[in-house]
Amino acid sequence: MLMNTLIILIVIPFLAAVALLLLRQYVVRKWLVLISTAVLCAAAVYLLAAQILAGASYYTLEMEAVNRLMIGAEVFLAAYILILGTRKRQYWAAILIIIQTGLMLYFDFTYRYGAAPARHLFVDQFSVIMALVIGVTGSLICVYAVDYMKEYHHLHPEVQDRLPFFFFTMFVLLSAMFGVVFANNLRWLYFFWEITTVCSFWLIGYTRTEEAVLKAFRALKMNLLGGLAFAVAIVYIFIRANVTNLDQLTALDKTVAMIPALLIVLAGMIKSAQFPFASWLLGAIAAPAPVSALLQSSTMVKAGVYIIIRLAPVLNGAIAGLLIALVGAVTFLIASCIAISQLDARRVLAYSTIASLGLIITCGACGAQETVWAALFLIIFHAVSVLVLVLCTGLVEHHFGGCGIETMEGLVVNMPRIATMMMIGMAGMFLAPFGMLISKWAALEGLIRINPFLAVFIAYGSAATLFFWTKWMGKLITVKAKREGFAANVSFLERMPLIVLTVLVVGSCFFFPWVSEYLVEPYLMSTYGSSMNMSTGSILILFIMMGLLLLLPLIVLFYKNPDYVEAYMGGANVAQEDQFLGSYGCPRDLVLKNYYLESYFGESKLFDAGVVSCTCLILVMLGVGFL
Amino acid sequence: MKTVLTIVLFIVAAPLAGGLMAGLDRKAGAWMQSRVGPPLLQPFYDVAKLFSKQNIAVHKSQKYYVLCFLVFVILSGALFVAGQDLLLVIFALTLADVFLILGAYSVRSPYSYVGAERELVQMMAYEPMVIITAIGMYMVTKSFSVADIAAFEQNLFVKLPGIFIGLLFVLTGKLRKSPFDLSMSHHAHQEIVGGVLTEFSGAELAMVKIAYWYQNVFLLGLVCLFFASAFWLGVGAVMLTFFLEVFIDNNSARLTWQFTLASSWIAAAVLGMGNLVVLIFI
Amino acid sequence: MSYLQKSPWLIHYDASGCNGCDIEVLACLTPVYDVERFGILNIGNPKQADIFVVTGPVNEQSKAVIERIYNQMPSPKIVVAVGACACSGGIFRECYNVSGGVDKVIPVDVFVPGCAARPQSIIDGIITGLEVLDEKYKQLKDERKRRKVERANG
Repeated sequence: MLMNTLIILIVIPFLAAVALLLLRQYVVRKWLVLISTAVLCAAAVYLLAAQILAGASYYTLEMEAVNRLMIGAEVFLAAYILILGTRKRQYWAAILIIIQTGLMLYFDFTYRYGAAPARHLFVDQFSVIMALVIGVTGSLICVYAVDYMKEYHHLHPEVQDRLPFFFFTMFVLLSAMFGVVFANNLRWLYFFWEITTVCSFWLIGYTRTEEAVLKAFRALKMNLLGGLAFAVAIVYIFIRANVTNLDQLTALDKTVAMIPALLIVLAGMIKSAQFPFASWLLGAIAAPAPVSALLQSSTMVKAGVYIIIRLAPVLNGAIAGLLIALVGAVTFLIASCIAISQLDARRVLAYSTIASLGLIITCGACGAQETVWAALFLIIFHAVSVLVLVLCTGLVEHHFGGCGIETMEGLVVNMPRIATMMMIGMAGMFLAPFGMLISKWAALEGLIRINPFLAVFIAYGSAATLFFWTKWMGKLITVKAKREGFAANVSFLERMPLIVLTVLVVGSCFFFPWVSEYLVEPYLMSTYGSSMNMSTGSILILFIMMGLLLLLPLIVLFYKNPDYVEAYMGGANVAQEDQFLGSYGCPRDLVLKNYYLESYFGESKLFDAGVVSCTCLILVMLGVGFL
Repeated sequence: MKTVLTIVLFIVAAPLAGGLMAGLDRKAGAWMQSRVGPPLLQPFYDVAKLFSKQNIAVHKSQKYYVLCFLVFVILSGALFVAGQDLLLVIFALTLADVFLILGAYSVRSPYSYVGAERELVQMMAYEPMVIITAIGMYMVTKSFSVADIAAFEQNLFVKLPGIFIGLLFVLTGKLRKSPFDLSMSHHAHQEIVGGVLTEFSGAELAMVKIAYWYQNVFLLGLVCLFFASAFWLGVGAVMLTFFLEVFIDNNSARLTWQFTLASSWIAAAVLGMGNLVVLIFI
Repeated sequence: MSYLQKSPWLIHYDASGCNGCDIEVLACLTPVYDVERFGILNIGNPKQADIFVVTGPVNEQSKAVIERIYNQMPSPKIVVAVGACACSGGIFRECYNVSGGVDKVIPVDVFVPGCAARPQSIIDGIITGLEVLDEKYKQLKDERKRRKVERANG
């Protein structure tokens, strides 16, 4: 039954994708998306219920047809990229895809049939967590996309309407993500991994503008490089130790497992957009909001950190592991700093995602149970919080005009519900007692025990995080006169996922102790032989803080109304509230802008610094690993 | 039970101590300028007066942020005296500060806006050093719990002199003293008027002042933690720290935020990290 | 005696003229006169001030500003007009752009004469004003009480 659930989770989105490609009417699409969302969520929850107390289970799927189908799909995609790459003069993409597909075909026909029977699929508590994150958040994004994309094409008539293909790709990506988290056979994992790469390529290039195509190819090239590393790792470990499965790889002796593990981790770091590969994610944000939501929160980048955490036991205590952790820490620090200087909300979100992923990788690569605990929770909390923000930003862009942070001034007056959700989402990203901070706290304590210097990076990075989130919050809550005649008509299908997600942001802070007890701790127990849990005292304090945050607004509701007085402007106020009397005696608009500290945290300087330092670290890491 | 009593004691006594300290601060400042200065209890008179003023506001929402600021400052102080996790205490204090800044942002007034930005820069400046302090304390005592750190038999200062000096450095800003009083001013005729506090008046301003008293007591408690093994030494160190800060305040002009940010981060890197390196190798 | 008298915070504004009285107001803050003895702070922000100290004659430019600053102050509040010009327009009284003393724009509670007013008389004026401030606070409290009773009686 469990195996069937796994297969359902992989196959249903794919079937939905095909159906969405063929049936082109809006109403049909809407119901198809809603039904598959319900099925996916239900299946993920069933998986949770069924797996919650069990250990890891492995399943063999001896169907040669599936393998042939995968090879066929790979060859087809390779040919597609080869032709497209040559036609668009993106020769590197073509070269990379030829090498890795060739390598895989060679491997398939030369070696695989002599291999021990593969255990293709597996599920344990970590997979369940990932499945829940993908199932719930991923399908909610698709629900949101139904109306959002309709609006998008209405607002962007120049973009060709290819919505059936768009939804096809979204659901294939979900299907591939389930594949990644359930696959135990490395060859299967690789297949799903490559599918996510191609899907992201399609999604980023959806608008087909010259710029979008370039960005899509950039993402493709980088991720293909990761795919190549993955392919080499598969062949290497098979020749060296006759191993085809993930569980065998992590159980191997560290000296043997290190090289393939590092190669796969490299692929993971590329997928997670760490420096020096951060630019592909920054390119992805120009795509419509659901795309960047899907890539940033539950799929794609999370595949990268997933595989790194899977391989954490191999990295534990190794110098190479420390170097990977350092790459994550440097990425966290630099990406957080750059986010300060960004005016575009989408870029701020992208950098904050890169930073959070860096933190997750730091925790994962340290490979101790406390940090892995933190990493798992960072994955959960980050997926939910960032999703609220990306989706809200999308709505603000459509209804309020633009996604510059400065243009969002006074959002709380014009779109109070969206602004409140964004505030909660942001609080979820950096404030106590919300999720990301709980896990950051655990991460800090774990890292200090292992290596205090990594914690120092986190200390600096957190300070920068504090700055850019708070000033954005400040923009949203500034109370100013409502825009004349402003009315946003956000459709139900757009609002519903947001409400669910916002409730999840708050709710996850209440039920995280149970998630920890039933999912995370058993996983740590089985992987590391020991676990970690937060003291009940600390959890109680977090609950108290949360309770206060929910209660205090109620108290203010009962406040007596004050006498309203306009803001102090040196006595130069005029009757119009957002104006003042200029020195020439005529009224001038009051314009308030945030600090962006360009000269300190400018992208041009810091980005290169990140690329150079992380490239050096990765080269050293590979050097150390191979020697 | 003892914890509950300590918390109650803190909630009652901290504002008294904080208010007296504020009075002493002004008195000492006056002496340094050869003035007579206000009565020692002046801060209490000020707060009492503020509560009797008319209830005015630019917008009602600003009252919410101020209330949250006060509540979370008290909470972080209470967690500290209850001997909870030091990092959690720091995060609670950060939450409180964020609320004050949001309050300043919410009113759309140029002075409070610029004050909010500068307060944020200041927070960004001292945050790394505060966390490094917690890291250093953990490395010596092997615990994050304030209770354990306080009960540690050795003197932390001996092992953490660099971190202590680094903390003093950023404490100047945190206590809102020159040269790092970026976001608000005690006196008029400064470029940012009242900074973050410009639009707060009456009872709200009184609440902010009380919150500052709590915060200052808590911050000096942090200083005391370095000398927790010998109580009177700790008290002496706190008094010395306090007068040093007043002295610096009265002898320096405000520096730019650029200098504040850069110097605080560098101080944290050199003094804090340097101290950590030494700790690892001895 | 209320705490208002123990902690008067003031904002000063130079309406126009020669600036002499304004300098004298600032002189009160120096160690020689040290008004902080009385808990007086030059807070420079109407939202937090109790006493509005105006120097100089009111002209067309400063009229609106004086009104606004006064309106932005929370009650109870008093106004102290410092110097001959602030009291009556002084030497500028007949100028085409001068409307006269501060009392032409807002109600003034204490007039401090002098050209320029000496620091001693400014301090004296402000301390005299404290009595008025206390009186106004009492009125305000009575007013609040009366409103409360009215509300209770429907």
